[in-house]
Amino acid sequence: MSILVDKNTKLLVQGMTGKTGQFHTEQMLAYGTKVVGGVTPGRGGESFKGVPVFDTMREAITKTGANATCIFVPPPFAADAILEAVDAEIPLAVCITEGIPVMDMLKVRRVLDGQTATRLIGPNCPGIITPDQCKIGIMPGHIHKAGRVGILSKSGTLTYEAVGQLTKLGIGQSTAMGIGGDPINGTDFIDALSLFEADDSTDAVIVIGEIGGNAEERAAAWIKQHFTKPVAGFIAGATAPPGKRMGHAGAIISGGSGTAAAKIEALKAAGVKIAETPSDMGTTLKSLLK
Amino acid sequence: MNIHEYQAKELYRKYGIPVPEGIPCMSVEEATAAAKALIERTGSETVVVKAQIHAGGRGKAGGVKVVKGVAAATAAAKDIYGKTLVTHQTGPEGKQVQRLLVEQGLPIKRELYLALVVDRERKRVAVMASTEGGMDIEEVAAKTPEKIHTVFVEPTLGLMPYQTRQLAFALGLSKTEQKHFGKLLGGLSKLFIAEDCSIAEINPLILTDDERVLALDAKVNFDSNAEFRHRDYWASVRDLSEEAPTETEAAAAGLSFIQLEGNIGCLVNGAGLAMATMDTIKYYGGEPANFLDVGGGASQEAVTKAFKIILESDTVQGIFVNIFGGIMQCDIIARGVVAATKELGLKVPLVVRLEGTNVEQGKEILKSSGLAITPADTMAEGAQKIVELAKGQ
Repeated sequence: MSILVDKNTKLLVQGMTGKTGQFHTEQMLAYGTKVVGGVTPGRGGESFKGVPVFDTMREAITKTGANATCIFVPPPFAADAILEAVDAEIPLAVCITEGIPVMDMLKVRRVLDGQTATRLIGPNCPGIITPDQCKIGIMPGHIHKAGRVGILSKSGTLTYEAVGQLTKLGIGQSTAMGIGGDPINGTDFIDALSLFEADDSTDAVIVIGEIGGNAEERAAAWIKQHFTKPVAGFIAGATAPPGKRMGHAGAIISGGSGTAAAKIEALKAAGVKIAETPSDMGTTLKSLLK
Repeated sequence: MNIHEYQAKELYRKYGIPVPEGIPCMSVEEATAAAKALIERTGSETVVVKAQIHAGGRGKAGGVKVVKGVAAATAAAKDIYGKTLVTHQTGPEGKQVQRLLVEQGLPIKRELYLALVVDRERKRVAVMASTEGGMDIEEVAAKTPEKIHTVFVEPTLGLMPYQTRQLAFALGLSKTEQKHFGKLLGGLSKLFIAEDCSIAEINPLILTDDERVLALDAKVNFDSNAEFRHRDYWASVRDLSEEAPTETEAAAAGLSFIQLEGNIGCLVNGAGLAMATMDTIKYYGGEPANFLDVGGGASQEAVTKAFKIILESDTVQGIFVNIFGGIMQCDIIARGVVAATKELGLKVPLVVRLEGTNVEQGKEILKSSGLAITPADTMAEGAQKIVELAKGQ
């Protein structure tokens, strides 16, 4: 009924004892996510809300059987935390941290590319949720509803916007996932779309992109060739001035490339139905369902 | 983060990258003294007076002058210093020249182009070199892309010798020039990675009559996410007068703010939603006055600060607050808005759309404040309403 996370997901939280880590660990527990451990170097043996804390990822996995981790470690130490998760071969690592230097992510990326045990989602993303089963990240759980539409986005709040609209229309979600707004990240649109393509419980997908880079154009080319399910889309930043970073580290039009217009054109050419305004994402998707 | 050319050249020197002899100056008098010192030191009468602003296109705008002798250098400095330069990168308001760089003039044989940037698709550092130096590289890329040669560097490995050779041969360098170029590019790629750059550009890179290779211009841009690694150095080279004051003020409060040219102020949480809000305003015929992302975990104080920045703008004729509270709680937004308006007053129409966590409390706070607020249920409805209301201003 989903991609990547479900009721069998057993989650660790790296940076669980920090302020952000504590807050979201509570929220995830309240949603019903099976949080089985936390990792904070030097705090092993303690516990938070009944969840044991470990010193290292390897120890935490051995003792809990965890198969996913959520990373709330601050930017100076986040790349190290991701690499520790990869070294421990955890199948899924979700990094929420915003503000990791690009040079760190370039190095992390080379390590990721040299292995197959761990998939990274993010960084600088809201996380991933399969409604009623497992929430990993910082999204408000209560706006979701279980169902058969997949959501894929560079932006956290626009994901919530799309989810909120669908839920109000009575349309549930299979899995909603943020890939993050950084220029160098883990899972990209194409990786995630191929998972949704293979998932029998996903009927259609909303793809939400934004200015900067050409991930949306590459996704469009892939959709045209390989994706058989209906796709609705929205691209944020049509009015953004060139050369200015719009909040996200990756959201910048440079040298005339990365514009919303080029992305919209590519997606339309691939048969994606583009919402006129972000308030129409839900109804645009609905119009594609039989 | 941007730095000045003269600061970039100081950094280049540290990494063994040859640059012309030069002296940064904060006044015309200093420029005169610098020209005199350079002429004495180099034995050549030719000096170059260069405006130091955080924008390209200075030459075309009259910000760079090649002159002979001290008197001519003083005249050039008088002409450039204090002048407002308008280039394709400054915007129509231009930038006032408050610093100069006086350099030795060099006998230029050829002008080349060299730049390092992070290539997000290949996930490596791209090194681009071209024989078309001194030109607008975007134009070269558009018209004659075959004249740009690129190699991709693994940050974990650094630049490999074969990559340097590839570029040197493509540029048609002599044996001696190849040696100098290799040393220069090695230094530049080390600098790029160690100093957390997002751009390091030399345009032009020059070959001299005596087969030397030097960076005649220097541009360096840092990845602001890496500030924690370079705090003291960056603080020492940052020129706040080159940055928009409201953007700096907002950043200090943890807000992401960008001034735009329209008349509808926006306060939004999340970068994607903030961009989408601007797009929706435009879709209904309005023009956004700013991009403002208060972020996911803003305090009431930060929201107050954000709303005050909008209220204090004299171009804003209407305000749209658009919040989808996930982690951001609607009541915190509402309290911040009320606190700011209590202090500064509300003279323009205000449309508020609140959704998500603690939405009922948020709406109640706004209602009991007695402020003239037009509520909206969706982003589209809110945008339509504020565009209409702002027209009446």
